[in-house]
Amino acid sequence: MSSTALADGTATSSAGWWRRNQRQLAPWLFIAPGAFMFLIYVIIPIFESIWISFYDWDGIGAATWIGLANYVELWSDYAFYTSLYNNVLWLVFYMLAVPFGLFVALFLNQTVVGIRLYKSLFFFPFVISQVVVGLVFAWFYDPSFGLLNLVLGWFGLGPVAILADDRFVTYGIIAAGLWPQTAYCMILYLTGLNAVDPEQIEAGRLDGAKGWRMLWFIVLPQLRPATFIAVVVTVIGALRSFDLVSIMTDGGPYGSSRVLAFYMYEQALGEYGFRMGYGAAIAVVLFLIMMIYISGFLWHMWRAERDGR
Amino acid sequence: MFPRPIQSRPPTMRGLYQVALPISLIVWLIPLLAVAVTSIRGQADIAAGNYWGWPSSFNAVQNYTAIFTQTELGAFIANSFIITIPTVIGAVALSCLTGFAFAVYRFKGNLLIFFLFIAGNFVPFQILMVPVRDLTLHLGLYDTHLGLVLFHVAFQTGFCTLFMRNFIKSLPFELIEAARVEGVSELKIFWFVVVPLMRPAIAALSVLIFTFIWNDYFWATVLTQGAGAMPVTAGLYSLNGQWIAQWHLVSAGAIVAAIPPVLMFFLMQKHFIAGLTLGAVK
Repeated sequence: MSSTALADGTATSSAGWWRRNQRQLAPWLFIAPGAFMFLIYVIIPIFESIWISFYDWDGIGAATWIGLANYVELWSDYAFYTSLYNNVLWLVFYMLAVPFGLFVALFLNQTVVGIRLYKSLFFFPFVISQVVVGLVFAWFYDPSFGLLNLVLGWFGLGPVAILADDRFVTYGIIAAGLWPQTAYCMILYLTGLNAVDPEQIEAGRLDGAKGWRMLWFIVLPQLRPATFIAVVVTVIGALRSFDLVSIMTDGGPYGSSRVLAFYMYEQALGEYGFRMGYGAAIAVVLFLIMMIYISGFLWHMWRAERDGR
Repeated sequence: MFPRPIQSRPPTMRGLYQVALPISLIVWLIPLLAVAVTSIRGQADIAAGNYWGWPSSFNAVQNYTAIFTQTELGAFIANSFIITIPTVIGAVALSCLTGFAFAVYRFKGNLLIFFLFIAGNFVPFQILMVPVRDLTLHLGLYDTHLGLVLFHVAFQTGFCTLFMRNFIKSLPFELIEAARVEGVSELKIFWFVVVPLMRPAIAALSVLIFTFIWNDYFWATVLTQGAGAMPVTAGLYSLNGQWIAQWHLVSAGAIVAAIPPVLMFFLMQKHFIAGLTLGAVK
């Protein structure tokens, strides 16, 4: 650093000033455009939302400060608890995408003719829009002609109207979500399996490890980075679930498939009126839940950074 | 390699695997295959409830013409392109700059600001919804392409920065050092030394962001309302409401909406997977 600065030390023109200080200024100039956009559209809105959650506001007229009233209302709002409970179901059952993805990846981790094509076709569901996934599955579950009830009929069961039955509806939507999410986890694990050390596998084989024991004690520890990312994206996906609920059931029947993300949208922009403040309060709760995971992720990254130096 | 290569197994196992592969693939993709077949069925099949049998007539041309001539699907598709392409360019350009700064310089607040980008990238959309919609309304950009593009660029910059920064960190730092010793300015180092090396990262991010934005549904419903700026995801859903029990048309629309990201994935598969995993699994 000092060599260039010394060489230009005698220059007093503005170009010389720039030359001497560019190493200090350059990072800020490089960051400025991205940071500006990010600040305006992401960071500031987070604080604005928190602020709005203390108001009663229809989005157009004047906003009235009501303190914690929105949160007090949430406390005894049955629909809020339904949404929260459904979010917990999403978190728990969406996680199945991780072992499913691992299973599919292990199944496809072979070198036979055409395996590359198989891998990419298996990945297909992740590439298409959730709108398409939702429409397809809504149709798959249809009680009168859907494939599910056709198959159930062969066994003398059904018909079950999955999406119209408040006992099954959330599970039905989660199952639809598992389809693309499993594909995502699969690709993470396939990449991870590529990096597994063959010598350790051989050593394990010599020691008589095989099957489950090999997977559990030798392969899985090496797949930890893939597992970590798979869990992170699946948790975020579960808490962000909105598209499928909106498309498959619109929150119904009778609001029984709502999740927090959907309930918030419904309160703030839905047909029941523009309750921006109340919607913002729901968003804040969702945000706080998400912050637990975000903090965990950042902590993990920070440790990696510290050890990397 | 794990599991044990199938070649070293007995022939019966090998045969079984060769049979299991196509069968499992068909089962896995049954929902999509059904949509593809339905999109070429005639009205008669739909009315008779023949969704899973052999089509009684093949109406591919009629159905695919119908969705473009009788509905606004063409406009929705055009909107998706008009929104997606500038977003990809904008987010990738901004994150090249930010990623470079975070990877190359040691300055006060480096990690802090970088972590802010990552954290922002993971927040639920709903915490941004009311203020962003409000901001877009105030800027006069509600229900315009630009309104969506600006938000998407800003939001995607978070993820792209994480990705670019990790990528640049993995480049040999000696290249930059050497250029500095030669007295090359920082801007020129960025443009002539680093950017050419970033091509794979730029390609990977471009395909990934293209798919993310093309498939976005939430922001499309929040920031647009008519066929003027609405992308195909939200458009397809509104068409689904209009075409009651016209599943052959809904299916054809779904197939058309899925084609661009699917093509993108197949043409740029290597980059796409690198994008999904390199930003994450290192």
